[in-house]
Amino acid sequence: MELIANLSLGFGVAFTPINLLYALVGCLLGTLIGVLPGIGPAATIAMLLPATYALPPVSALIMLAGIYYGSQYGGSTTAILVNLPGESSSVVTCIDGHQMAKKGRAGPALAAAGLGSFFAGCVATVMIAAFAPALTELAFKFGPAEYFALMTLGLIGAVVLARGSLLKAIGMILLGLLLGLVGTDVNSGVARFSFDVPELTDGIGFVAIAMGIFGYGEIISNLAQRETQREVFDIKVQGLFPTKQDFKDMVPAVLRGTALGCALGILPGGGALLSAFAAYTVEKKIKSRPGEVPFGQGNIRGVAGPEAANNAGAQASFIPLLTLGIPSNVVMALMVGAMMIHNIQPGPQVMTSNPELFWGLIASMWIGNAMLVILNLPLIGIWVKLLTVPYRFLFPAIVLFCAIGVYSTNNNTWDIWIVGIFGVIGYIFHKLEAEPAPLLLGLILGPMMEENLRRALLLSRGDWSTFVTRPLSAGLLVACVLLLLIVLLPSIQKKREEAFV
Amino acid sequence: MNIKSQKDFFTGLMFMGVGVAFAWGATTYKIGTAARMGPGYFPLMLGIMMAIIGLVITFKSLVIEVEGGDKIGKWAWRPLFFIIAANVVFGILLAGLRGIGLPAFGMIVGIYALTFIASMAQAGSKFKPTLILATVLAVGSYLVFVQALALQFPVWPWFITG
Repeated sequence: MELIANLSLGFGVAFTPINLLYALVGCLLGTLIGVLPGIGPAATIAMLLPATYALPPVSALIMLAGIYYGSQYGGSTTAILVNLPGESSSVVTCIDGHQMAKKGRAGPALAAAGLGSFFAGCVATVMIAAFAPALTELAFKFGPAEYFALMTLGLIGAVVLARGSLLKAIGMILLGLLLGLVGTDVNSGVARFSFDVPELTDGIGFVAIAMGIFGYGEIISNLAQRETQREVFDIKVQGLFPTKQDFKDMVPAVLRGTALGCALGILPGGGALLSAFAAYTVEKKIKSRPGEVPFGQGNIRGVAGPEAANNAGAQASFIPLLTLGIPSNVVMALMVGAMMIHNIQPGPQVMTSNPELFWGLIASMWIGNAMLVILNLPLIGIWVKLLTVPYRFLFPAIVLFCAIGVYSTNNNTWDIWIVGIFGVIGYIFHKLEAEPAPLLLGLILGPMMEENLRRALLLSRGDWSTFVTRPLSAGLLVACVLLLLIVLLPSIQKKREEAFV
Repeated sequence: MNIKSQKDFFTGLMFMGVGVAFAWGATTYKIGTAARMGPGYFPLMLGIMMAIIGLVITFKSLVIEVEGGDKIGKWAWRPLFFIIAANVVFGILLAGLRGIGLPAFGMIVGIYALTFIASMAQAGSKFKPTLILATVLAVGSYLVFVQALALQFPVWPWFITG
């Protein structure tokens, strides 16, 4: 029963007072930013990365992970109560959740979202614990060629499953890869693209780029849109508990959502958003029982399914990160950044070299989910009040935290200028409708890809066929090609556009 | 020739420009061979790929009809200017600017400046609420960043700390 031994090690780490505290802080912050529209988990985690320097690595990662899945809970609250998705993954929750609230059933909708998410979180935690060791075994068979192929698959997967134009997304990945190469080349010691600026020889700070694009870029584009009047909240939340019939409808939807989320979350580029969309589609396709409220008018299955799925997806996306060291979405890319700040090289060796970190983080997810149910259901009133905080108080604070945070990464104003520059670039990307998320993935993977490409070709004496003659790497590359072919099929392309609108 | 999608047209140009720049820059380093890659090999490869993708995007934007022309629309100069200005002014005040011999004014002064400048990014900001916000942020940042997290900042202006 290695699983139980591992999990008990994890719970031993996660249940220490300091780690419980940071899990709570992460969940609180996550819920907060989930409730507040206009700031997402990516910007928040980027902002808080520097603040985690002083913390032990386990506590830092526990807190950052809490922010990510906490934001999924918070996002659903605003989706249900005010028809505003606080997070992109709760867009579908708006459809039926807000209709339920309008009919005076906000309580059951919130409960369905909360309990569904909690159940999904528990299952996903166990699944990570069960699957991670097996995947890690596999990862040890990987050579540089396989790693290069795997990263290619990860990047291609990320653009295929993301929204928007495929070509633009690939361009953004390449841009990210190139930006990741700025700085001293580890093999030759040559400072590349640094224009003799001493600060640039260390590369462009990852945190500074993330903050500029996701923090400032978003603020500027939010401010550019005319301030939309927020619907004032006047729905009283009464009778939190769903009826017996609600439970009967909810349970199968939650189970299906959880299964979907766990499966889709592992995929590169997957995670919360995709899982939620898929779960809603599935629920709609399943035959309704006679007398059930139709979809779009407040069906509880339309809340429970996607909510379970987005939470399961959010947690399952930790699997490729923890076992292979490959981030599958922006938040995971930031987690890689967090690990590197603490001198932990993400990859299969983390589980053996830092077991307390690995299992502690997994155990903390379960604890965090339990905390979130408590935080969200009885304290719902407080979060709703927060919705009335106007944006004009929020954005100067975000600008400040970005500037302070980035300064503290190196105690150097250089990084503040870089954030400013990338703020402008982020706004340009927004205007050109070029999704910046793939850029960040490329940025993280750039140096790793170059290193593995170099080693693979060194081993094969410059023979490119090494990528297709080694079975594992050939398999991964075939998967890439298949993915690309599938999206380029006209019928799928149309569906893809529909699904993400 | 008409631009059918303005957004894509300029995205394509951007990719082409940046790709060519990186590829050209890469040629100033040793390229090497596939078996023994120099520092220029990988960036050259990526730069060329990026330029090609940019070319395809631009080409498509001139050929494929898009509803409404996919216009870029107006630039929001006001928020763009004030947000970036707030950031830059904060940086200058926080640590000073050695180039022109400006001493450090520290975090507290910086926070007030940042809050007031950033608030101007939105029309209709009022003095009093902004002042309150700045004070709350200054006190909060002092407690959290300086006291609790013990991060190293110049907190007060040079004439106080000496």
